[in-house]
Amino acid sequence: MAATQEEIVAGLAEIVNEIAGIPVEDVQLDKSFTDDLDVDSLSMVEVVVAAEERFDVKIPDDDVKELKTVGDAASYIAKHQG
Amino acid sequence: MSKINPSKGAPYARIMGVGGYRPTRVVPNEVILQTIDSSDEWIRSRSGIATRHWASPEETVAAMSIEAAGKAIADAGLRPEQIDTVIVATVSHFKQTPAIATEIADKLGAGTPAAFDISAGCAGFGYGLTLAKGLIVEGSAEHVVVIGVERLSDLTDLHDRATAFLFGDGAGAVVVGPANEPMIGPTVWGSEGDKAETIRQTEPWTAYRDGTPEKFPAIAQEGQAVFRWAVFEMAKVAQRALDAAGIGPDDLDVFIPHQANMRIIDSMVKTLKLPESVTVARDVETTGNTSAASIPLAMERLLATGKAKSGDTALVIGFGAGLVYAATVVTLP
Repeated sequence: MAATQEEIVAGLAEIVNEIAGIPVEDVQLDKSFTDDLDVDSLSMVEVVVAAEERFDVKIPDDDVKELKTVGDAASYIAKHQG
Repeated sequence: MSKINPSKGAPYARIMGVGGYRPTRVVPNEVILQTIDSSDEWIRSRSGIATRHWASPEETVAAMSIEAAGKAIADAGLRPEQIDTVIVATVSHFKQTPAIATEIADKLGAGTPAAFDISAGCAGFGYGLTLAKGLIVEGSAEHVVVIGVERLSDLTDLHDRATAFLFGDGAGAVVVGPANEPMIGPTVWGSEGDKAETIRQTEPWTAYRDGTPEKFPAIAQEGQAVFRWAVFEMAKVAQRALDAAGIGPDDLDVFIPHQANMRIIDSMVKTLKLPESVTVARDVETTGNTSAASIPLAMERLLATGKAKSGDTALVIGFGAGLVYAATVVTLP
Protein backbone atom coordinates (compact mmCIF):
# COMPACT_ATOMS: atom_id res chain seq x y z
CA MET A 1 0.00 0.00 0.00
CA ALA A 2 1.25 3.46 -0.84
CA ALA A 3 2.63 5.50 2.02
CA THR A 4 0.80 8.67 3.07
CA GLN A 5 2.50 12.07 2.96
CA GLU A 6 2.88 11.88 6.74
CA GLU A 7 4.51 8.46 6.58
CA ILE A 8 6.86 9.62 3.83
CA VAL A 9 8.05 12.64 5.82
CA ALA A 10 8.51 10.48 8.93
CA GLY A 11 10.48 7.96 6.87
CA LEU A 12 12.64 10.69 5.32
CA ALA A 13 13.28 12.08 8.80
CA GLU A 14 14.56 8.71 9.97
CA ILE A 15 16.78 8.37 6.89
CA VAL A 16 18.23 11.90 7.26
CA ASN A 17 18.78 11.22 10.95
CA GLU A 18 20.72 8.07 10.18
CA ILE A 19 22.83 9.54 7.38
CA ALA A 20 23.46 13.10 8.58
CA GLY A 21 22.72 12.80 12.31
CA ILE A 22 20.01 15.50 12.18
CA PRO A 23 17.26 15.17 14.87
CA VAL A 24 14.09 13.74 13.29
CA GLU A 25 11.97 16.65 14.54
CA ASP A 26 14.10 19.07 12.48
CA VAL A 27 13.19 17.34 9.22
CA GLN A 28 10.19 19.42 8.13
CA LEU A 29 8.57 19.94 4.73
CA ASP A 30 10.04 23.40 4.18
CA LYS A 31 13.61 22.48 5.13
CA SER A 32 16.31 22.52 2.46
CA PHE A 33 18.48 19.43 2.50
CA THR A 34 21.71 21.33 1.82
CA ASP A 35 21.05 24.67 3.55
CA ASP A 36 19.14 23.53 6.65
CA LEU A 37 19.89 19.86 7.20
CA ASP A 38 23.62 19.57 6.46
CA VAL A 39 22.97 17.00 3.73
CA ASP A 40 25.60 17.65 1.05
CA SER A 41 25.37 16.46 -2.55
CA LEU A 42 26.96 13.07 -1.77
CA SER A 43 24.90 12.45 1.37
CA MET A 44 21.85 13.36 -0.72
CA VAL A 45 22.62 10.38 -2.94
CA GLU A 46 22.64 8.15 0.15
CA VAL A 47 19.31 9.65 1.28
CA VAL A 48 17.83 9.04 -2.18
CA VAL A 49 19.00 5.42 -2.35
CA ALA A 50 17.63 4.73 1.15
CA ALA A 51 14.32 6.38 0.18
CA GLU A 52 14.15 4.30 -3.02
CA GLU A 53 14.39 1.10 -1.00
CA ARG A 54 12.00 2.21 1.71
CA PHE A 55 9.27 3.57 -0.55
CA ASP A 56 9.71 1.33 -3.61
CA VAL A 57 10.39 4.24 -5.93
CA LYS A 58 13.03 5.02 -8.56
CA ILE A 59 14.64 8.46 -8.41
CA PRO A 60 16.99 8.93 -11.41
CA ASP A 61 20.14 11.05 -11.02
CA ASP A 62 18.71 13.81 -13.20
CA ASP A 63 15.72 14.16 -10.87
CA VAL A 64 17.80 14.21 -7.68
CA LYS A 65 18.98 17.74 -8.48
CA GLU A 66 15.37 18.98 -8.40
CA LEU A 67 14.78 17.73 -4.86
CA LYS A 68 15.79 20.84 -2.88
CA THR A 69 13.51 20.52 0.15
CA VAL A 70 12.03 17.72 2.20
CA GLY A 71 8.68 18.72 0.68
CA ASP A 72 10.06 18.30 -2.85
CA ALA A 73 11.24 14.79 -1.99
CA ALA A 74 7.99 13.84 -0.24
CA SER A 75 5.90 15.00 -3.22
CA TYR A 76 8.17 13.17 -5.68
CA ILE A 77 7.93 9.94 -3.70
CA ALA A 78 4.15 10.25 -3.27
CA LYS A 79 3.76 10.69 -7.04
CA HIS A 80 6.15 7.93 -8.14
CA GLN A 81 5.92 5.22 -5.50
CA GLY A 82 5.07 1.74 -6.71
CA MET B 1 45.52 -31.97 -39.52
CA SER B 2 48.90 -31.71 -37.78
CA LYS B 3 49.14 -31.99 -34.04
CA ILE B 4 49.90 -28.67 -32.32
CA ASN B 5 51.57 -28.70 -28.94
CA PRO B 6 49.49 -26.98 -26.28
CA SER B 7 51.04 -24.31 -24.08
CA LYS B 8 51.77 -25.41 -20.54
CA GLY B 9 50.80 -23.02 -17.80
CA ALA B 10 51.12 -22.97 -14.03
CA PRO B 11 48.23 -24.38 -11.99
CA TYR B 12 47.56 -20.98 -10.39
CA ALA B 13 48.98 -17.46 -10.13
CA ARG B 14 49.90 -15.12 -7.29
CA ILE B 15 51.13 -11.61 -6.63
CA MET B 16 54.82 -12.04 -5.80
CA GLY B 17 55.83 -8.46 -5.09
CA VAL B 18 54.58 -4.88 -5.07
CA GLY B 19 56.21 -1.48 -5.50
CA GLY B 20 55.15 2.14 -5.70
CA TYR B 21 56.43 5.54 -6.73
CA ARG B 22 55.00 8.83 -5.52
CA PRO B 23 56.28 12.05 -7.11
CA THR B 24 58.48 14.23 -4.91
CA ARG B 25 56.21 17.28 -4.93
CA VAL B 26 53.45 17.15 -2.31
CA VAL B 27 50.56 19.48 -3.14
CA PRO B 28 48.33 20.58 -0.24
CA ASN B 29 44.76 21.86 -0.69
CA GLU B 30 46.03 25.44 -0.29
CA VAL B 31 47.62 25.21 -3.75
CA ILE B 32 44.33 23.99 -5.28
CA LEU B 33 42.53 26.92 -3.65
CA GLN B 34 44.57 29.34 -5.76
CA THR B 35 42.45 28.42 -8.79
CA ILE B 36 39.04 27.45 -7.37
CA ASP B 37 36.63 29.17 -5.00
CA SER B 38 36.46 26.59 -2.21
CA SER B 39 38.01 25.81 1.16
CA ASP B 40 40.27 23.23 2.75
CA GLU B 41 37.35 22.13 4.95
CA TRP B 42 35.02 21.71 1.94
CA ILE B 43 37.57 19.67 -0.02
CA ARG B 44 38.29 17.42 2.96
CA SER B 45 34.60 16.89 3.77
CA ARG B 46 33.71 16.02 0.14
CA SER B 47 36.73 13.87 -0.67
CA GLY B 48 38.86 13.19 2.40
CA ILE B 49 41.85 14.46 0.41
CA ALA B 50 44.42 16.59 2.25
CA THR B 51 47.40 16.33 -0.10
CA ARG B 52 48.31 14.71 -3.40
CA HIS B 53 51.53 14.30 -5.38
CA TRP B 54 52.09 16.06 -8.71
CA ALA B 55 54.83 14.90 -11.03
CA SER B 56 57.62 17.16 -12.27
CA PRO B 57 58.54 17.19 -15.98
CA GLU B 58 61.25 14.62 -15.19
CA GLU B 59 58.81 12.30 -13.42
CA THR B 60 57.38 10.97 -16.65
CA VAL B 61 54.97 8.05 -17.02
CA ALA B 62 57.97 5.89 -17.96
CA ALA B 63 60.25 7.16 -15.18
CA MET B 64 57.63 6.61 -12.46
CA SER B 65 56.77 3.19 -13.87
CA ILE B 66 60.40 2.06 -13.92
CA GLU B 67 60.83 3.08 -10.26
CA ALA B 68 57.66 1.27 -9.15
CA ALA B 69 58.26 -1.84 -11.26
CA GLY B 70 61.90 -2.08 -10.19
CA LYS B 71 60.79 -2.13 -6.55
CA ALA B 72 58.12 -4.73 -7.29
CA ILE B 73 60.63 -7.00 -9.06
CA ALA B 74 63.07 -6.71 -6.13
CA ASP B 75 60.21 -7.33 -3.67
CA ALA B 76 59.35 -10.48 -5.62
CA GLY B 77 62.96 -11.67 -5.27
CA LEU B 78 63.42 -11.74 -9.04
CA ARG B 79 65.88 -10.27 -11.48
CA PRO B 80 64.56 -8.00 -14.27
CA GLU B 81 65.56 -10.51 -16.96
CA GLN B 82 63.12 -13.02 -15.46
CA ILE B 83 60.19 -10.77 -16.46
CA ASP B 84 58.64 -12.02 -19.70
CA THR B 85 55.59 -9.74 -19.94
CA VAL B 86 54.99 -6.07 -19.10
CA ILE B 87 51.46 -4.69 -18.98
CA VAL B 88 50.94 -0.96 -18.41
CA ALA B 89 47.51 0.40 -17.48
CA THR B 90 47.21 4.16 -17.99
CA VAL B 91 45.01 6.88 -19.43
CA SER B 92 47.56 9.68 -19.13
CA HIS B 93 50.46 8.74 -21.38
CA PHE B 94 50.14 11.24 -24.20
CA LYS B 95 52.07 9.48 -26.92
CA GLN B 96 49.96 6.66 -28.22
CA THR B 97 52.52 4.97 -30.44
CA PRO B 98 54.51 3.04 -29.51
CA ALA B 99 53.07 1.64 -26.30
CA ILE B 100 55.01 2.99 -23.31
CA ALA B 101 55.33 -0.58 -21.98
CA THR B 102 58.14 -1.37 -24.44
CA GLU B 103 60.36 1.50 -23.26
CA ILE B 104 59.65 0.61 -19.63
CA ALA B 105 60.49 -3.06 -20.25
CA ASP B 106 63.76 -2.12 -21.96
CA LYS B 107 64.86 0.33 -19.27
CA LEU B 108 63.96 -2.15 -16.54
CA GLY B 109 66.51 -4.51 -18.07
CA ALA B 110 63.87 -7.08 -18.83
CA GLY B 111 65.30 -7.84 -22.27
CA THR B 112 62.66 -8.53 -24.90
CA PRO B 113 59.45 -9.38 -23.05
CA ALA B 114 55.95 -9.06 -24.45
CA ALA B 115 54.93 -5.49 -23.63
CA PHE B 116 51.72 -3.56 -24.19
CA ASP B 117 49.44 -0.87 -22.76
CA ILE B 118 45.79 -1.21 -21.76
CA SER B 119 43.14 1.44 -21.22
CA ALA B 120 40.55 0.65 -18.58
CA GLY B 121 40.44 3.84 -16.52
CA CYS B 122 40.47 3.38 -12.77
CA ALA B 123 39.84 -0.36 -13.27
CA GLY B 124 43.07 -0.65 -15.27
CA PHE B 125 45.01 -2.39 -12.52
CA GLY B 126 42.33 -5.07 -12.06
CA TYR B 127 42.13 -5.61 -15.80
CA GLY B 128 45.92 -5.96 -15.99
CA LEU B 129 46.02 -8.32 -13.02
CA THR B 130 43.35 -10.50 -14.63
CA LEU B 131 45.26 -10.63 -17.92
CA ALA B 132 48.47 -11.51 -16.06
CA LYS B 133 46.80 -14.35 -14.19
CA GLY B 134 45.31 -15.69 -17.40
CA LEU B 135 48.62 -15.57 -19.27
CA ILE B 136 50.43 -17.43 -16.49
CA VAL B 137 47.82 -20.15 -16.12
CA GLU B 138 47.52 -20.49 -19.89
CA GLY B 139 51.29 -20.69 -20.28
CA SER B 140 52.26 -17.68 -22.42
CA ALA B 141 53.97 -15.98 -19.49
CA GLU B 142 55.75 -16.89 -16.27
CA HIS B 143 56.49 -13.56 -14.57
CA VAL B 144 54.34 -10.58 -15.50
CA VAL B 145 54.82 -7.00 -14.34
CA VAL B 146 51.51 -5.13 -14.10
CA ILE B 147 51.92 -1.37 -13.77
CA GLY B 148 49.21 1.20 -13.04
CA VAL B 149 50.58 4.67 -13.75
CA GLU B 150 49.06 8.12 -14.15
CA ARG B 151 49.95 11.77 -14.49
CA LEU B 152 46.40 12.95 -13.93
CA SER B 153 47.66 16.45 -13.11
CA ASP B 154 48.05 16.77 -16.89
CA LEU B 155 44.34 15.98 -17.32
CA THR B 156 43.03 18.15 -14.47
CA ASP B 157 41.06 21.35 -15.06
CA LEU B 158 42.41 23.45 -12.18
CA HIS B 159 39.44 25.81 -12.55
CA ASP B 160 36.76 23.11 -12.17
CA ARG B 161 35.82 23.25 -8.50
CA ALA B 162 34.24 19.78 -8.67
CA THR B 163 37.41 17.97 -9.80
CA ALA B 164 40.46 20.25 -9.37
CA PHE B 165 41.29 18.76 -5.96
CA LEU B 166 40.69 15.11 -6.83
CA PHE B 167 43.55 13.89 -8.93
CA GLY B 168 47.15 12.95 -8.27
CA ASP B 169 50.11 11.34 -10.00
CA GLY B 170 52.07 8.17 -9.29
CA ALA B 171 52.82 4.60 -10.26
CA GLY B 172 52.15 1.27 -8.60
CA ALA B 173 53.29 -2.13 -9.81
CA VAL B 174 53.04 -5.78 -8.96
CA VAL B 175 54.81 -8.88 -10.24
CA VAL B 176 52.48 -11.80 -10.91
CA GLY B 177 53.93 -15.29 -11.13
CA PRO B 178 53.11 -18.98 -10.83
CA ALA B 179 51.61 -20.55 -7.70
CA ASN B 180 50.74 -24.02 -6.47
CA GLU B 181 47.50 -22.93 -4.84
CA PRO B 182 44.91 -20.29 -5.75
CA MET B 183 46.13 -16.89 -4.57
CA ILE B 184 44.17 -14.74 -7.00
CA GLY B 185 40.43 -15.41 -7.06
CA PRO B 186 37.96 -15.25 -9.93
CA THR B 187 37.61 -11.74 -11.37
CA VAL B 188 34.18 -10.13 -11.48
CA TRP B 189 34.50 -7.51 -14.20
CA GLY B 190 32.48 -5.73 -16.80
CA SER B 191 31.53 -2.49 -18.48
CA GLU B 192 28.49 -0.23 -18.66
CA GLY B 193 28.98 1.67 -21.88
CA ASP B 194 25.59 3.32 -21.62
CA LYS B 195 27.19 5.41 -18.86
CA ALA B 196 30.24 6.38 -20.95
CA GLU B 197 29.62 10.09 -20.42
CA THR B 198 29.51 9.84 -16.62
CA ILE B 199 33.33 10.12 -16.40
CA ARG B 200 34.93 11.46 -19.56
CA GLN B 201 37.68 13.39 -21.25
CA THR B 202 36.04 16.71 -22.09
CA GLU B 203 37.10 16.73 -25.76
CA PRO B 204 39.07 14.43 -28.09
CA TRP B 205 42.66 15.43 -28.87
CA THR B 206 41.67 16.09 -32.46
CA ALA B 207 39.19 18.76 -31.38
CA TYR B 208 41.93 20.48 -29.41
CA ARG B 209 44.23 20.26 -32.45
CA ASP B 210 41.50 21.85 -34.56
CA GLY B 211 41.11 24.72 -32.12
CA THR B 212 37.73 23.79 -30.63
CA PRO B 213 37.90 24.15 -27.73
CA GLU B 214 40.92 26.25 -26.88
CA LYS B 215 41.20 24.63 -23.47
CA PHE B 216 43.32 21.50 -23.11
CA PRO B 217 41.08 18.45 -22.54
CA ALA B 218 40.55 17.35 -18.94
CA ILE B 219 38.65 14.72 -16.99
CA ALA B 220 35.11 15.71 -16.07
CA GLN B 221 32.47 13.72 -14.23
CA GLU B 222 28.89 13.71 -12.97
CA GLY B 223 29.64 13.61 -9.27
CA GLN B 224 26.34 12.36 -7.88
CA ALA B 225 25.87 9.71 -10.57
CA VAL B 226 29.42 8.46 -10.07
CA PHE B 227 28.95 8.36 -6.30
CA ARG B 228 25.72 6.37 -6.55
CA TRP B 229 27.19 3.88 -9.02
CA ALA B 230 30.47 3.53 -7.15
CA VAL B 231 28.95 2.98 -3.74
CA PHE B 232 25.86 0.95 -4.41
CA GLU B 233 26.53 -0.89 -7.68
CA MET B 234 30.22 -1.52 -6.91
CA ALA B 235 29.38 -2.86 -3.46
CA LYS B 236 27.35 -5.55 -5.27
CA VAL B 237 30.31 -6.30 -7.55
CA ALA B 238 32.64 -6.50 -4.54
CA GLN B 239 30.25 -8.91 -2.84
CA ARG B 240 30.12 -11.06 -5.99
CA ALA B 241 33.93 -11.22 -6.01
CA LEU B 242 33.93 -12.34 -2.37
CA ASP B 243 31.29 -14.96 -3.11
CA ALA B 244 33.14 -16.19 -6.21
CA ALA B 245 36.31 -16.62 -4.15
CA GLY B 246 34.40 -18.33 -1.35
CA ILE B 247 35.54 -15.71 1.16
CA GLY B 248 33.19 -14.69 3.96
CA PRO B 249 33.40 -11.40 5.89
CA ASP B 250 35.38 -13.05 8.70
CA ASP B 251 37.91 -14.55 6.25
CA LEU B 252 38.79 -11.12 4.86
CA ASP B 253 41.75 -9.18 6.30
CA VAL B 254 42.07 -6.19 3.99
CA PHE B 255 39.86 -4.12 1.67
CA ILE B 256 41.64 -2.13 -1.04
CA PRO B 257 39.09 -0.26 -3.15
CA HIS B 258 40.17 2.14 -5.89
CA GLN B 259 41.12 5.32 -4.05
CA ALA B 260 38.59 7.60 -5.72
CA ASN B 261 37.22 9.52 -2.77
CA MET B 262 37.07 8.84 0.98
CA ARG B 263 33.30 9.29 0.99
CA ILE B 264 32.94 6.50 -1.58
CA ILE B 265 35.27 4.27 0.43
CA ASP B 266 33.41 4.89 3.70
CA SER B 267 30.01 4.30 2.12
CA MET B 268 31.20 1.12 0.40
CA VAL B 269 32.48 -0.23 3.72
CA LYS B 270 29.09 0.54 5.28
CA THR B 271 27.11 -0.95 2.40
CA LEU B 272 29.26 -4.12 2.36
CA LYS B 273 28.86 -4.38 6.16
CA LEU B 274 32.56 -5.19 6.53
CA PRO B 275 33.53 -6.14 10.09
CA GLU B 276 35.79 -3.73 11.97
CA SER B 277 38.53 -6.33 11.87
CA VAL B 278 39.02 -5.62 8.15
CA THR B 279 41.80 -3.12 7.42
CA VAL B 280 40.60 -0.56 4.87
CA ALA B 281 42.99 1.28 2.52
CA ARG B 282 42.54 5.04 2.91
CA ASP B 283 45.55 6.16 0.90
CA VAL B 284 43.42 8.74 -0.94
CA GLU B 285 43.94 11.19 1.95
CA THR B 286 47.56 11.82 1.01
CA THR B 287 47.72 10.50 -2.56
CA GLY B 288 44.49 11.74 -4.16
CA ASN B 289 42.83 9.75 -6.94
CA THR B 290 45.58 8.23 -9.10
CA SER B 291 43.24 6.12 -11.26
CA ALA B 292 44.98 2.90 -12.40
CA ALA B 293 47.84 3.43 -9.93
CA SER B 294 45.71 3.74 -6.80
CA ILE B 295 45.27 0.07 -5.83
CA PRO B 296 48.92 -1.04 -6.08
CA LEU B 297 50.02 2.22 -4.41
CA ALA B 298 47.60 1.64 -1.54
CA MET B 299 48.63 -2.03 -1.31
CA GLU B 300 52.31 -1.08 -1.14
CA ARG B 301 51.68 1.48 1.60
CA LEU B 302 49.57 -0.89 3.73
CA LEU B 303 52.34 -3.47 3.60
CA ALA B 304 55.15 -0.92 4.14
CA THR B 305 53.45 0.56 7.21
CA GLY B 306 52.61 -2.82 8.71
CA LYS B 307 48.85 -2.25 8.53
CA ALA B 308 48.65 -5.34 6.32
CA LYS B 309 51.02 -8.27 6.12
CA SER B 310 52.15 -10.86 3.64
CA GLY B 311 49.62 -13.68 3.41
CA ASP B 312 46.64 -11.49 4.27
CA THR B 313 43.50 -12.00 2.20
CA ALA B 314 42.52 -8.79 0.41
CA LEU B 315 39.54 -7.73 -1.66
CA VAL B 316 40.54 -5.33 -4.44
CA ILE B 317 38.08 -3.46 -6.63
CA GLY B 318 38.72 -0.90 -9.34
CA PHE B 319 35.99 1.14 -11.02
CA GLY B 320 35.85 4.19 -13.22
CA ALA B 321 35.61 5.72 -16.67
CA GLY B 322 33.85 3.48 -19.16
CA LEU B 323 32.17 2.81 -16.95
CA VAL B 324 34.25 -0.28 -16.17
CA TYR B 325 35.00 -2.32 -13.11
CA ALA B 326 37.05 -5.29 -11.92
CA ALA B 327 37.07 -6.95 -8.50
CA THR B 328 38.91 -9.95 -7.13
CA VAL B 329 40.30 -11.45 -3.94
CA VAL B 330 44.07 -11.84 -3.64
CA THR B 331 46.63 -13.09 -1.15
CA LEU B 332 48.97 -10.19 -0.39
CA PRO B 333 52.64 -10.72 -1.27
